Amino acid sequence: MDNIAGRKSGLSWAVNLSVVLLVALWLFPTVGLLVSSFRTADQISASGWWKALFPSEQVVQLRTGGAEAATQEGDLWVVEGNLLEEAEEGPEPGTEITRFGVSSKAVDAYAVGEVASFTKDTKTFTMDAAGNYRFTSTKELKKRGQRVFITATLPPEFTLANYDQVLFSGNSNDSMAKAFLNTLTVTIPATIIPIVIAAFAAYALAWMEFPGRALLIAAVVGLLVVPLQLALIPLLKLHLNIGIGKGYLGVWLAHTGFGLPLAIYLLRNYMSGLPRDIIENAKVDGATDFQIFTKIILPLSFPALASFAIFQFLWTWNDLLVAKVFLIDSTGNTTVMTNQIVELLGTRGGNWEILATAAFVSISVPLLVFFAMQRYLVRGLLAGSVK
Amino acid sequence: MSPALLGLVTIVVGVGGCLGYFYLSNLFLDKVLFPARGPNAGRNINRANMVRPWLFLGPAIVALGLYLGYPVFETLRLSLTDRTQDDAFVGLANYQQMFAEPKFWEAMRNNMLWLIVVPAASTAFGLLAAQLTDRIKWGSIAKSLIFMPMAISFVGASVIFKLVYDARPAGNEQIGILNAVWMQFDGGFGSILFLKVAPILILAAFAAIVAYVGWLLLRPVLNGKDNIILKALRATSGLVSLYIAVIALRNIFDIIGMDFPYGQPQTWLTLPFYNNFFLMVVLIWIQTGFAMVILSAALRGIPEETVEAAIVDGANPFQIFFKIKVPQIMPTIVVVWTTITLVVLKVFDIVFAMTNGQWETQVLANYMYDKLFRANDWGVGSASAIIIMLLVSPILIWNVVQARKEMR
Repeated sequence: MDNIAGRKSGLSWAVNLSVVLLVALWLFPTVGLLVSSFRTADQISASGWWKALFPSEQVVQLRTGGAEAATQEGDLWVVEGNLLEEAEEGPEPGTEITRFGVSSKAVDAYAVGEVASFTKDTKTFTMDAAGNYRFTSTKELKKRGQRVFITATLPPEFTLANYDQVLFSGNSNDSMAKAFLNTLTVTIPATIIPIVIAAFAAYALAWMEFPGRALLIAAVVGLLVVPLQLALIPLLKLHLNIGIGKGYLGVWLAHTGFGLPLAIYLLRNYMSGLPRDIIENAKVDGATDFQIFTKIILPLSFPALASFAIFQFLWTWNDLLVAKVFLIDSTGNTTVMTNQIVELLGTRGGNWEILATAAFVSISVPLLVFFAMQRYLVRGLLAGSVK
Repeated sequence: MSPALLGLVTIVVGVGGCLGYFYLSNLFLDKVLFPARGPNAGRNINRANMVRPWLFLGPAIVALGLYLGYPVFETLRLSLTDRTQDDAFVGLANYQQMFAEPKFWEAMRNNMLWLIVVPAASTAFGLLAAQLTDRIKWGSIAKSLIFMPMAISFVGASVIFKLVYDARPAGNEQIGILNAVWMQFDGGFGSILFLKVAPILILAAFAAIVAYVGWLLLRPVLNGKDNIILKALRATSGLVSLYIAVIALRNIFDIIGMDFPYGQPQTWLTLPFYNNFFLMVVLIWIQTGFAMVILSAALRGIPEETVEAAIVDGANPFQIFFKIKVPQIMPTIVVVWTTITLVVLKVFDIVFAMTNGQWETQVLANYMYDKLFRANDWGVGSASAIIIMLLVSPILIWNVVQARKEMR
């Protein structure tokens, strides 16, 4: 459109640049959460997540050998060795150390090669950039070695420990495993049941003649925008009165009710666009409405069914309000992930490693569905809003 | 029984039950009640065809009526009664009590702010993204990345943005990106450019656009051809736009005179008034993708000839966009705007998870939740639900009217 007669728009680079900026701006917050979920609590509070992607200068605490590693030289007990090689975890041997310290109050007090002094003037400590150290003391050494803080530029480091903690630890406060299962239990029936009910209703509204049809369609369009806030108290009362109470059945029914208008609307629009000839031919051949529906309409409506299924899945998976009102009772056994995260926000507001991981576990499934079935989602959106 | 197994059984029973109902009821209708044979075959077929639609619609009508129709009236009734007095009819007492609460008016004010800012910003960003991505090669990838937040729950998005807004005491390393950026400003030239000049320009542009829209709305009133209702509607919405423009202009002077606390990490979510905007950002972030997808489809639907004619006449890209393309997709813009408006009116999770209405961020849906489930005041809670319904109803009526027009 813009390069009529071979004239390329001179704004092309500006357009590319603005799109890059826009996409970056939109991705940045999510990436932050993803990166944070792979960092330890210490790492998260020590530096912003955007710094985690690059090598950074960090302080690490290590220990020298203890009493059994000591040898006696005259009056002195001496421990010699290599900090990096002896350490079970921490920086790789070969890392270049720039500074060190022996007290947590001054973790980078000395450059490598200098001799550290202690408050009690009985000990000395020195080390080189490769981690080879010499620790001396005039008294017999304790069993545990001396604490040493080293400063070095370390490559980015990530851990799966948070996911382990959140998914498999069984710690009832942090665990998302149960909430994950509960969410699935809510979501799957709450997605399938409205589709079945809506498909039949949509067929009737699209292809059957009966009095009151137009009125019903108008009612469905009207109900499309009724805020579900109105339904909370009356339905909770109803559920308590007829004995459903708070539980899965209630939340399935509620999601079914709230999802139906959109389902009927989308499916009716799609079905009424199917070619009339097919249906009339089938009728001439003696097919009943039920056969026409199951053998012709349903297979042909697959795109619309998929669109709605994705909507309803995302909506029920991401829902907080309906679950809070109709499902979660005081025991908290039936908590869903969104609710679990809100509770984590309250109890562990500062523990970003847990929060970020829990949130990412919860949004990973919708994201997978989104990227796998984006085509149907877009189609559904277009059918739902543009007439 | 474990919930997972229960779920599986329910799927089988529920779905099987549904299918069984439809199959068996049709079978019953065709074979037993009105069999298509014998002396009355013709009459029976006609009768069966009269009954069948209701068999198909039955479950849907019951579910819709019970879960959406009945609650509207029941909520209305509850809003007029008092639970503590054995459901006695108390007239408008609940509403009076609610109108006397400052928290309610705070929620109303915030909801109005949300209603203006979120649809406007989402639609504007969506339009921008749609127009830009349509012209580049990797546009579809860019689109799906901007669209991605649609799949993220409001709660997940709240956590994401809580990390963005996180604040650490001064002197510590900031781990929230917003504070990390903020700490870079020191009152020098860059600060003035980004924190004074840029916002002033944005506000001025916003004020100009709103004032222009207001003028467009008001002009026909002065010329006077429409009927009186349309005139009144135009006059009010035009004046509201002008009022918003004036507020925006006033804020420009506020910004000029404002002293920013440079070097102080800010707890963004506790800054009264401005924290509303930090919450709105979350919803704008989510809804922009939706606006973009729909508007992008509309932009592609524009007949090429109109654009080509404009190019031949020497229009520049901006003129093509604002004078040729935007007017042609105006109906779609309205649809997007109203859809996002509906989302905004019901916004609950974001406020609930991020501030829970503290620091003057209350909105109607969260106010209602507070009343219903914390204060256990069903009367006032239902009354506020009715207020949400009233705010939604113009869109409801408009949708129904449009749908009926289309069916004819």
